[in-house]
Amino acid sequence: MFEIVEKLTLNSQVKLMSVKAPKIAEKAQAGQFIILRIDENGERIPLTISDYDREKGLVTIIFQEVGATTKRLGMLEKGDFIQNFVGPLGRASELEGLKKVCVIGGGLGTAIAYPQAKALHDMGAVVDGVTGFRNKDLIILEDEMSKVCRNLYIATDDGSNGNKGFVTNILQKLIDDGEDYDAVIAIGPLVMMRAVAEVTRPKGIKTIVSMNSIMIDGTGMCGGCRVIVGGETKFACVDGPDFDGHLVDFETAMRRGNMYKAMEREADCNLMKAGEQNA
Amino acid sequence: MPNMQQNKTPMRELDPMERRRNFEEVACGYNEEEALNEAERCLNCKNRPCVNGCPVNVRIPDFIAKIKEKDYAGAYKIIKDTNSLPAVCGRVCPQENQCEKFCVRGIKGESVGIGRLERFAADYFMKNCKDEKKEITKNHIKCAVVGSGPAGLTCAGDLAAAGFDVTVFEALHTAGGVLMYGIPQFRLPKEIVAKEIDSLRDMGVEFVEDTVVGKTELIDELFEEGYKAVFIGSGAGLPSFMGIEGETLNGVFAANEVLTRINLMKGYKFPETDTPVYIGKKVAVVGGGNVAMDAARCSMRMGAENVYIVYRRSMEEIPARAEEIEHAKMEGIEFKMLTNPTKILDDGNGNIAGMECVKMELGEPDASGRRRPVVIEGSEYVMDVDTVIIAIGQSPNPLIRNTTEGLETNKRGCIVVNEETMQTSLDGVYAGGDAVTGAATVILAMGAGKAAAKAIKEKLL
Repeated sequence: MFEIVEKLTLNSQVKLMSVKAPKIAEKAQAGQFIILRIDENGERIPLTISDYDREKGLVTIIFQEVGATTKRLGMLEKGDFIQNFVGPLGRASELEGLKKVCVIGGGLGTAIAYPQAKALHDMGAVVDGVTGFRNKDLIILEDEMSKVCRNLYIATDDGSNGNKGFVTNILQKLIDDGEDYDAVIAIGPLVMMRAVAEVTRPKGIKTIVSMNSIMIDGTGMCGGCRVIVGGETKFACVDGPDFDGHLVDFETAMRRGNMYKAMEREADCNLMKAGEQNA
Repeated sequence: MPNMQQNKTPMRELDPMERRRNFEEVACGYNEEEALNEAERCLNCKNRPCVNGCPVNVRIPDFIAKIKEKDYAGAYKIIKDTNSLPAVCGRVCPQENQCEKFCVRGIKGESVGIGRLERFAADYFMKNCKDEKKEITKNHIKCAVVGSGPAGLTCAGDLAAAGFDVTVFEALHTAGGVLMYGIPQFRLPKEIVAKEIDSLRDMGVEFVEDTVVGKTELIDELFEEGYKAVFIGSGAGLPSFMGIEGETLNGVFAANEVLTRINLMKGYKFPETDTPVYIGKKVAVVGGGNVAMDAARCSMRMGAENVYIVYRRSMEEIPARAEEIEHAKMEGIEFKMLTNPTKILDDGNGNIAGMECVKMELGEPDASGRRRPVVIEGSEYVMDVDTVIIAIGQSPNPLIRNTTEGLETNKRGCIVVNEETMQTSLDGVYAGGDAVTGAATVILAMGAGKAAAKAIKEKLL
């Protein structure tokens, strides 16, 4: 059992939890993830490690309440326990040697982009941050990102923060203005990562994306997380989750992401019914 | 006088048309009368060929003699002496290729139903008796076992019995490995696996779940933590795909994914449990092994109308156990032999519109000694299916070999060992089961776990 020692609400849909998991905290690196299961009947879901504290033995996860499991997770409070919590899984991001990087986070993806920006900053690299949200109320991790970025640009779809547009508009402008990044790291919805990869492709700027696929075990066993990269089938859990954004087949990935949508709604309805009964 | 009846005493089974829609155990097991009748068929012959046919050398005629005397607990204890998982082996061992293959009664008629009797003794014991707490003198030497499947459990049991402090590390949230995630409930009830594991706990074996060795914990670190020997029984969990067009369409799964969702995650109870399982109306399972049979029979139970086994060779070469094939057929699963998929078709929305196949014929024998399947030109046709499950094999997981310097593996990714001691290229590190052989059987893995435990005892005591 793994104790939740801190819980914060970052915006109306996004929550942060720090979980006591010393073994995982000891080894965690930017880009890796954990798999958790709330209770005996729960499903296993992957969540990226967004921060860790080796001394206190804490692992931080940030999640958006999109499905039955994340909604139930959001209902847990500080002092509650999560039944299973395993990791760190996946390969750590390969940040070695990067000197100047643009780190892009779209919505919740910012939570995954942050540890990478932080790791790069700690290595002494120059980091520009670009994050995008639907509106200003959904902005997360602004302070944290500001601390590790030379410049942080925040865009909103509706312009409610005074900067209307998409992360790609900002990236395009930075590149046009002559910023010569060694790499662009983009984490967010698949459509966003695909769009970023198209912006960087003409100049051949190395682009790393993080594939948050459907998975069960997270150790290479189920094959559910397979993605096509450069025409080859890869498993996001053991070969990734980071891949070359110019080689990822995003069309297939988007389709696979929707695989269980209908059944997810069924589980969701059940959760709501259960909630009503308990109320 | 022995019972000279030519055939095995039949085992009662659930009605195929009913059971194909539920997850109840198919084979009902012998009752006392049936067990006694079958036990009397054993001639208790002198040279005991059956014992040599058993990878863990269960003293078969001795336990059967105990059944004849109605000392069922005594029978169980004899089995348990050399086999840590009697209730499991009585159900899933391919006895026809092992102990029963060598049974003298098999020369004229059917061999003694050794597996069925083993199951009877084990089930009787689980239902009516309790393991006596054996006083084990601890030697306070720590051993680590990686993976809690059949190889790991056997090794752990033997080491614990010899007094070692044994810790078993399991990557998933439940111990049992393939017995939990792979083999379905209707062939091996999970409650039985849990009981076998509990009996190891009673012997003092510690289980640490949620620990991925190769990630959470490295082999080298185990030695730093004071473990004097490590046994790797991490299995062969990495599913193979065919590499044909359309394999990433929605509705195409590795058998492992389907089985894990259903067995480990109890997805067949969705939405009571949270893990969904998608199985359409017309399902093709590609492959001819036991995993393919399990996936096909699970698909039927999840509500599919038509389930096909698609295999590129013929019924002669099919690797699944005869009993599994028979059970699958009775449940309405259709066998499309000498058929090979070439492409999975897209309906335009990323779902399956059908599976293009070619017909095969058998040519000259290949390296495996089996006749090579050859494509019949112009035989392409489209099979009308909406779900495709790939069950063409698994290979060992790379996590340990990628993080353990000096651990020798072969080109298939299997760990290389000394076949007698199961020692790897690293001192103090042993391995066995599917991690060494590639996907094989429960009992072979158990034999390997046993051999490794013996070598560890010889080295450390």
